[in-house]
Amino acid sequence: MTIMTEPKKTASAVDEYSIVNARHPGRWISAAVIVFLGLLLLRSVVTNPNFGWSTVGMYIRDVSIVRGIGVTLQLTVICMAIGIVLGVVLAVMRIAANPVVRSAAYAYVSFFRGTPVLVQLLFWYNLAALYPSITFGIPGVDLDANAIITPMTAAILGLGLNQAAYMSEIVRAGILSVENGQSEAAGALGINRLQTMRRIVLPQAMRVIIPPTGNEAIGMLKATALVSVISVPELLYSAQIIYARTFETIPLLMVASLWYIVVTSILSVGQYYVERHYAKGGQRSLPATPWQQLKRFVRVHDPLALKGAKK
Amino acid sequence: MSATIRESAAAATGPGPMIKAAAVRKSYGRLEVLKGIDLQVDRGEVVCLIGPSGSGKSTLLRCINHLETIEGGRMWVDGAVMGYDLKGTKLHEQPHAKICRSRVEIGMVFQHFNLFPHMNVLENLIEAPRLVLKEKRPSATARALALLDSVGLADKAKAYPRQLSGGQQQRVAIARALCMRPKVMLFDEPTSALDPELVGEVLKVMKDLAASGMTMVVVTHEMKFARDVADRVVFMDDGYVVEQGTAQDVIGDPQHERTKAFLASVL
Ligand SMILES: Nc1ncnc2c1ncn2[C@@H]1O[C@H](COP(=O)(O)OP(=O)(O)O)[C@@H](O)[C@H]1O
Ligand SMILES: [Mg+2]
Repeated sequence: MTIMTEPKKTASAVDEYSIVNARHPGRWISAAVIVFLGLLLLRSVVTNPNFGWSTVGMYIRDVSIVRGIGVTLQLTVICMAIGIVLGVVLAVMRIAANPVVRSAAYAYVSFFRGTPVLVQLLFWYNLAALYPSITFGIPGVDLDANAIITPMTAAILGLGLNQAAYMSEIVRAGILSVENGQSEAAGALGINRLQTMRRIVLPQAMRVIIPPTGNEAIGMLKATALVSVISVPELLYSAQIIYARTFETIPLLMVASLWYIVVTSILSVGQYYVERHYAKGGQRSLPATPWQQLKRFVRVHDPLALKGAKK
Repeated sequence: MSATIRESAAAATGPGPMIKAAAVRKSYGRLEVLKGIDLQVDRGEVVCLIGPSGSGKSTLLRCINHLETIEGGRMWVDGAVMGYDLKGTKLHEQPHAKICRSRVEIGMVFQHFNLFPHMNVLENLIEAPRLVLKEKRPSATARALALLDSVGLADKAKAYPRQLSGGQQQRVAIARALCMRPKVMLFDEPTSALDPELVGEVLKVMKDLAASGMTMVVVTHEMKFARDVADRVVFMDDGYVVEQGTAQDVIGDPQHERTKAFLASVL
């Protein structure tokens, strides 16, 4: 009987107290220290004349710089596309039943991961020295390597084929992360292996594949700067051409850096939404986007709304 | 409920048994799991496979739809040798495409449901009809919705598997298999992964399916279901069929020592 009456008592008592959240003085102090250090850094960057901010402003939207960004983006997209498509093929080969197919994929990955991409780029660029004419072993085909291997094609081959080796490892990890029961269920329904891979396994593998692929895309964007050594007019090379003429090295490197930051930031946002898309079905409900979180924060902390709730 | 379900069981006619296993053998490496299984399942018959864990029940079920290759003996489904073509005196494993076609006739329900988590319930149901039967979306969708209705999940078409209870997921899995209009349904411990209060709703769907005339092979530990629904109960142990007969005989009055020991442990 006493047990029965007790909840009532506490229930009425509960209403009389209001909740005060714990204070966190440590957080305020550390935040203040960081903001102070940040301001010091900002002051030195703004006041140091060697940064040449006026020169930066002059060149930030220079025609050749903007063209350079175009080439950088183009290279990133093409090389990532090659990397992803070839990477999926290699990943499927790595788990094939045929040991020769498996070994071939393994050898490819070892070779391209085992050598510096800069060396690979130089190899492709100088391919004509190795194979002056390209026949693919097919009679009637005789292509002039010097004509085909422009700096741009060398860059695409070098970065794309190298990327495929890394992508294949990422895709393979993704495929292996999908439970075997999924393929079995598909097989039992009469769905063939290729369709199972395309419709059942790969879409689920995406949740594991997307985050590192986003990192790879950002890495690729920066790696395109390497092809300045084979004089492809991408962002860095365009900046170099200008400062070779004007000797304003630091300001133009700042111009290039600022653009790299802008583009990688945009890529990060894109990555976030792609990840969200493929998280579908993974959790019972998707977490809110930063925008939705902001809206909720405003809603919850809106003083007018709070007053209304009190009444 | 069973207008739709009954339609899928219409194929239960035809000459000969639906499934016939003759001296089927299967090993994993050096471990022989099936040691010469003879079994026959007639059209429209409901057979419950019981036996201790590790006795080879799942393996036998998976040999029926060729998820596992067999190493000896022969397996017929609907009059055709499953997974192999007889050329001269040799059985050649069929091309994958042909095996896939045969599997259309055989529905399978797994212990852990194995729904496709990245698709909603409706997409789970129409995926195989569209990919394999090359069916148009509207007709596949119509049948899928009717089947969902018949398993009591008409309102869950847009839900994702993870938003459903285990019992609901398993009913979706049954509907997904039925969407291919199979001639026979295989169940591998369909209620073993469920909370006790959810077992009933799945068994109810299976009972309706049995009543509609579907040929069914059910691996189960639900003795009450076996008593109520099974035309025949088959007791397996250590890779052999030890005893079979009506539920009354095998469960009520087991002849074999091993059957008695097993039943004593589960009842
Ligand atoms: N893929 C496999 N590889 C090796 N051994 C297996 C495999 N699948 C099952 N087995 C073994 O085969 C035996 C029978 O398994 P199974 O058919 O699953 O039994 P049951 O379903 O009756 O519990 C068990 O000893 C199990 O360990
Ligand atoms: Mg089993």
